Amino acid sequence: MSESQPRVLIVGAGHAGGTAAAVLRQYGFAGHITLVGEEPIPPYQRPPLSKAWLKGEADADALTLKPESFYAEHDIDLRLGVKAIAIDLAGHTVTLARGGTLAYDILIVATGARARALPIPGADLTGVLSLRSAADAELLKASLGPGRRLAVIGGGYIGLEAAASARALGSDVVVFEREANILARVAKEPLASFFADYHRAHGVSFEVSAKVEAFEGIAGHITGVRLGDGRTIPCDVALIGVGLVRNDELMAAAGLDCSTGPQGGVIVDENARTSDPNVFAIGDVTHRPMPHYGGRMHGLESVANALEQAKQAASMIAGRPAPPPEVTWNWSDQYDLKLQMAGWPFDVDDILVRGDPTNAKFAVFHLNGDVVQAVEAVNAPAEFMAGKQLIASRRPIARERLADPSISMKEVAA
Amino acid sequence: MAKITYIEHDGTEHVIDVKPGLSVMEGAVKNNIPGIDADCGGACACATCHVYVDEAWLAQTGSQSAMEESMLDFAEEVHDNSRLSCQIKVTDALDGLIVRMPASQH
Repeated sequence: MSESQPRVLIVGAGHAGGTAAAVLRQYGFAGHITLVGEEPIPPYQRPPLSKAWLKGEADADALTLKPESFYAEHDIDLRLGVKAIAIDLAGHTVTLARGGTLAYDILIVATGARARALPIPGADLTGVLSLRSAADAELLKASLGPGRRLAVIGGGYIGLEAAASARALGSDVVVFEREANILARVAKEPLASFFADYHRAHGVSFEVSAKVEAFEGIAGHITGVRLGDGRTIPCDVALIGVGLVRNDELMAAAGLDCSTGPQGGVIVDENARTSDPNVFAIGDVTHRPMPHYGGRMHGLESVANALEQAKQAASMIAGRPAPPPEVTWNWSDQYDLKLQMAGWPFDVDDILVRGDPTNAKFAVFHLNGDVVQAVEAVNAPAEFMAGKQLIASRRPIARERLADPSISMKEVAA
Repeated sequence: MAKITYIEHDGTEHVIDVKPGLSVMEGAVKNNIPGIDADCGGACACATCHVYVDEAWLAQTGSQSAMEESMLDFAEEVHDNSRLSCQIKVTDALDGLIVRMPASQH
């Protein structure tokens, strides 16, 4: 190991932090790498926790990013169950909860986000869960099965994926949504209606425009969800999925620029660098520029974002050219549906639907003029892949051709 | 175990023992082999684990699913022996498999 190489400290051993360490070694970085994380297990993939893993179609081994032996083999000092409580930007040190400090030349912050809490009576009952970590997922899975009733609070993607998985495990499911439609914050029609209908056809009930006032319980365990209209809907377990808060407190306290928006987030540039040139931030914790949308600032929570920023930071540290900007994307698996999303619907003035929702194979294109800003594709991989290319190119499309499924996406995008 | 040879675009070879049951993609990713990104972790959602299957192994590795074919259609430098490596399950019958990687997954 070279003495002249900087010491890299990565705080946060999730998908972003684990990837940054691995990619640094792939890029030939030979300096010291220390990777610290609060969770007791090595970096793993979170997306399957509400999908394949919850349904029992993937085991814990399949979730791990790398085998445990990988870190020692690649000279990555992985320290688990370690919580950072302060960053000293001037002194280049991070203080740990259990005492002691770690010194760095370059710091990568990958502290992720947490589920937004619901500040209502009964939120501290056992059986009131959120879903971010493997430990959360273990608790949820243990509560599901035939005859067990799941209440999902929040009709977003996490909640709907959990609902689909819970149905596969034989649980009864009720989804509670504050707005008049599910997916209200993230999707437009006809996607929201399509998913609501599909879930209903699979036995999920919905309570929309619902004001969840309290969780009721007996002997400290949840027994029901009390609504503003006075009804109490019985359940054995509740999953809260009402958005997230970025874990930026440590960085804000240290003096790094952070977003003042409701979700917070460490502000980074297009290379994942924070307001301190020796500190990078990557993954869910960041508030970042969106390259295909004039560089406007936005928060993303996805694997694609974690990987892109891990590569950006690693490229800077290893002295490689910056990787080309990527179109942000994400996916969701529910029942036999694969939803693939690309881009972000900024400044959308029109929606174009290609294909037929009744066949469960269609795509929703979000347009600004004739430029595709975002696409949501259900069982429609060609529309997703071509949409991603159209978002990157910013090239105007011919709407009547895009709307005509008899013209292949290859031709539309050509 | 099945011995799989992963050949990077620049010709660098990696010979890895992969446990049956894993995918060809997982064999690469878990061993930090560059050139297979597999952003989605094997959900057939991203087309960043594109490989070329050695001609001698085409029959044993099976054929593309409709989903896989549509995804690959938009990947770069696609050939007749292109596959998404997350969709190839490793079995003892694949002992000796050779796959090559494209110049880029993005």
